[in-house]
Amino acid sequence: MMTDLQKALIDFCLRIADNSLIHAQRISEWTGHGPILEEDIAMSNVALDLIGQSRGFYTYAAQIDGDGKTEDFYAFRRGEREFRNKLMVEQPDNKDFGFTMMKLFLNGCFDYLMFRDLMKSTDETISGLAAKSIKEVTYHVRHAGDWVVRLGDGTEESHQRIQNSLNELWPYTNELFEQDSVDALLISNGIAFDKEKFRDEWTKMVYEIFAKATLSVPENNTYSPTGGLKGIHSEHLGYLLAEMQYLPRTYPDAVW
Amino acid sequence: MESNHQWPTWEVFTQKKQGAPHEHAGSVHAPDGEIALLNARDVYSRRQEGVNIWVVPSDAIIASSPEDAGAFFDPANDKMYRSPNFFKTADGLKQI
Repeated sequence: MMTDLQKALIDFCLRIADNSLIHAQRISEWTGHGPILEEDIAMSNVALDLIGQSRGFYTYAAQIDGDGKTEDFYAFRRGEREFRNKLMVEQPDNKDFGFTMMKLFLNGCFDYLMFRDLMKSTDETISGLAAKSIKEVTYHVRHAGDWVVRLGDGTEESHQRIQNSLNELWPYTNELFEQDSVDALLISNGIAFDKEKFRDEWTKMVYEIFAKATLSVPENNTYSPTGGLKGIHSEHLGYLLAEMQYLPRTYPDAVW
Repeated sequence: MESNHQWPTWEVFTQKKQGAPHEHAGSVHAPDGEIALLNARDVYSRRQEGVNIWVVPSDAIIASSPEDAGAFFDPANDKMYRSPNFFKTADGLKQI
């Protein structure tokens, strides 16, 4: 019989893992289509980092669950209502490199601060996964941040396009900081930490880059899409999963 | 705008371990040094090939030309005494 704390820990792991996996799937759509060879490889590297992070958290969730589940079960045998990723990462990139970089930057800054806190988790598996992940995320933030600056402070067209990406993605950043009873239980046990506490730091981090990039954050934004914590998603996730899960669902026992 | 829309190329040198020399790994395209460094990291250090990277603008490298080969390198042909081949070395020493 699972305790409430174990259930919460599984949910917590799935939220992180789902977010990284869906983000990775979106980024991997660039493989073979990057604007230049070097960026094509860079984005594939980032996607693989994120898949690696999701595998770590899925494997830990499966281990706590103890019901014979595997990382593949979580990735390939669940429907969209069971996925707990934030809505931002599932948004389609539409072959706009700046949009991909902006998304990687906004989410990366959040992940960086989250993993930095989780390295102090009383749960040794969580702190270990966080310590491994933060090195990767540090690089993602630098890579994406560099591009946000260069596109923002680049040509008239690159500026306008990356500004449009920021306008489109900004409303989704509110959801990054959402928490519920799962978080509260883990926070009270020293396993997780209050995300609200690094919100100011996150804001400072992204504003610093936007200043260098000559970008402005949309003012008076009242639109704030949400639903990831409850598995309520935008229309885009179903299509993404259909493609990602096609093979294991069509050939359930396929092996390499 | 010139007809060639490629970014400039940068030569990449990676160091396998601390203290080892940086060796030429290849080249990347990039608009500036910082991006060249990141591209070099992504292209040439994905499989733990290095612990440090240099990038250098390709056009900063002054190279000898094939026509120079005779004058540059042939005179060393018959000067074996420049090689330290005649020293007695300790057993088991792989290189000096």
